Amino acid sequence: MKYIEEFRNDTYAKEVADRITQAADPSREYKFMEFCGGHTHAIYRYGIPSLLPSNVQMVHGPGCPVCVLPMARVDHAIALAHQPNVIFCSYGDMLRVPGSRKNSLLKAKAEGADVRMVYSIDDALRLAKENSDKEVIFFSIGFETTTPPSAAAVLQADREGIKNFSIFCNHVLTPPALKAILEIRDEKGDCGVSLNGFVGPAHVSVVIGSNAYLSASLDYKKPIVIAGFEPLDVLHAILMLIQQVNEERYEVENQYTRAVTPEGNQKAQAMMHEVFELASSFEWRGLGWIPSSALCLKEKYADYDASIKFKVEVLTQPENTGCECGAILRGMKRPNECKLFGKVCNPENPIGACMVSSEGACAAFYTYGRHQEK
Amino acid sequence: MKEIENVETQSPRHPRESGESLPRHPRESGDPENKSTTLDSRLRGNDESSGNDESSGNDESSGNDESSGNDESSGDDGRGGHDQQINLTHGGGGRAMARLIDSLFLKAFDNEWLSQKNDQACFSVEKGRMVMSTDGHVISPLFFPGGDIGSLSVHGTVNDVAMSGAKPLYLSASFILEEGFSIKDLEKIVKSMANAAKQAGVAIVTGDTKVVEKGKGDGIFITTTGVGVVPENVFISGDLAKPGDAVLVNGFIGDHGIAVMSHREGLTFHTALQSDSASLNGLVQTMVNAVPSIHCLRDPTRGGLATTLNEFASQSHVGFVIDEKKIPIREAVLSACELLGLDPLYVANEGKLIAICPEKEAQKLLSAMQAHELGKDAAIIGTVIEDPNRFVQLKTKFGGSRVVDWLTGEQLPRIC
Repeated sequence: MKYIEEFRNDTYAKEVADRITQAADPSREYKFMEFCGGHTHAIYRYGIPSLLPSNVQMVHGPGCPVCVLPMARVDHAIALAHQPNVIFCSYGDMLRVPGSRKNSLLKAKAEGADVRMVYSIDDALRLAKENSDKEVIFFSIGFETTTPPSAAAVLQADREGIKNFSIFCNHVLTPPALKAILEIRDEKGDCGVSLNGFVGPAHVSVVIGSNAYLSASLDYKKPIVIAGFEPLDVLHAILMLIQQVNEERYEVENQYTRAVTPEGNQKAQAMMHEVFELASSFEWRGLGWIPSSALCLKEKYADYDASIKFKVEVLTQPENTGCECGAILRGMKRPNECKLFGKVCNPENPIGACMVSSEGACAAFYTYGRHQEK
Repeated sequence: MKEIENVETQSPRHPRESGESLPRHPRESGDPENKSTTLDSRLRGNDESSGNDESSGNDESSGNDESSGNDESSGDDGRGGHDQQINLTHGGGGRAMARLIDSLFLKAFDNEWLSQKNDQACFSVEKGRMVMSTDGHVISPLFFPGGDIGSLSVHGTVNDVAMSGAKPLYLSASFILEEGFSIKDLEKIVKSMANAAKQAGVAIVTGDTKVVEKGKGDGIFITTTGVGVVPENVFISGDLAKPGDAVLVNGFIGDHGIAVMSHREGLTFHTALQSDSASLNGLVQTMVNAVPSIHCLRDPTRGGLATTLNEFASQSHVGFVIDEKKIPIREAVLSACELLGLDPLYVANEGKLIAICPEKEAQKLLSAMQAHELGKDAAIIGTVIEDPNRFVQLKTKFGGSRVVDWLTGEQLPRIC
């Protein structure tokens, strides 16, 4: 696989790992958060923790769209899927996510709902065209990465007069979530002190550009290094973060220059702005309600909004109180510090959000990292 | 409904007492004239009393594909040139079924046991340890690059029997057909089974056919059961891996799973990959002859390499360290997995085996495998270690280390 294997090369990895060891000051601790689930996955899948010195620690952030979706939204999706004459389309890893009473879209499918796994929203639009007698709903979730395709699909449906297509919109935004984490105060009332810097998102940054993080970095005096999802990218970004911390800099640096520009993809941004607007507030699993942190369809496109088109009753139960997902998503606890971890909560039977998706901090740690458990 | 793998029932610790020669003859009292008994003799599908056969004449008239129903000798009744379909009478125990069996199954599988048209196959066996395994086959699509459900249903069970070190001898085959299933397709599948059986040197000696109403099946399900005999001095079992043992694989992993996925509805990608579906009994014979002290053998089918290693770890109470660099994986499989967000270690194989043997025999086993057509890309990929946690660890290509865990549910593609 040309241009991929190069970023998984062990000779370079060893070189960068050696430089990290040299750069890391043994008299201090480095605690960095990788915001994205994609990075969490790469870190564990390639065994990056085993290459880092013990005083460099990675904390797993909330950047997994599956994990941060609150149970009420999953319940809402399941209720929509159960509507008569509906084909409900979803990305694969949403299917197993438990809602209240251990319901899930997979369970809804087994109970007779027409739930289909699709690889892209285009497939859902195609299904709508092929099944004009059915209503096709797409479970739109994700950060800025998956938002432009949703916008493009709505615009296409509008252009082509496809009336039996709608989306259940759950698109969330990265910068507000990043700030929400930095706003978390310790006992003394100081913000974000426990973290020394961030590995910034890869695909999200391709869309929104590196400038989108400038204010977070400046306001909270934290270095942010945008990195690609390949393991060598992650190692390189960690080295850059250590250098910034050592030099007491707090800048937005771009390691992922092969894909990310300061302004991002403006065509995609324009499409997003055409179709979506800021929702006043959105509930994040683990982080609670964050103002202006999510998108909803503009009134102009309300016909494509499944939550308006279908009035359903959603009954939600509260989350398990023993679950530490909130603290883990905020970077205050490690997965194995939760008393449910690996005992009642495991990928087979996930209790909390972080265990649900393979990108979730707990699932990644459980699946790939348990042999290094200390 | 899922395939059930790795349910060999065997008693590896009890060598059979006597010689090697294997049963190759029908029961001694076998009457060759049996072959020409009337078509009313039955390998009946249903458990009803034989009386039902007589009343089934009118069933046939209702079937629209019984165009030549009154001419049993024509041989092509119940199938034929048009796109004819299976209907309920084909499983009803009557003439339609008898004709289907005669004209299709008996012809294709063509062996003395089946031709006797009994409800069972009778064969004599040498004293010794017999091995038996069964496997239900459901797959979508039914025809895929490099195979189909027919060949798969033979390879799957032959391999499960062979993984005990045994020589597979006989198979049974049970068909569940859905009303409306194309007889042409059935014919293709049955011929493919016959070919696969011939190549593997096994005989399909008894069988069963049922037809379920439309909507109550997925075209065709095939369950095969196999029996075989383990050579003396061979004791292979999943619980015999010892710390220090070497882990070998006979070639590229993941081909089958990706080839099938590429033809599955809803996924649109093109690849020249072919399923690796094959009977491995020949390779196993070669391996067992070269290194009789092999500890474990298993074909990593559903769940892939990762699942098989975890099974061994839990059965043998050991851990593994596998070197990702040494695992043979084709570029095309890596690329497809990259695109689909899958891990090739969990992708299915149908012509691969994992072998565990004492470290000092590893090179000898490797050479024997590489000398065989189905093992020419074999490699030593790791080591068995002592580990009370029974973790399968992977030394990643990147130089790190991680656990390769059991799969949770199906592998689902990730969002980003």
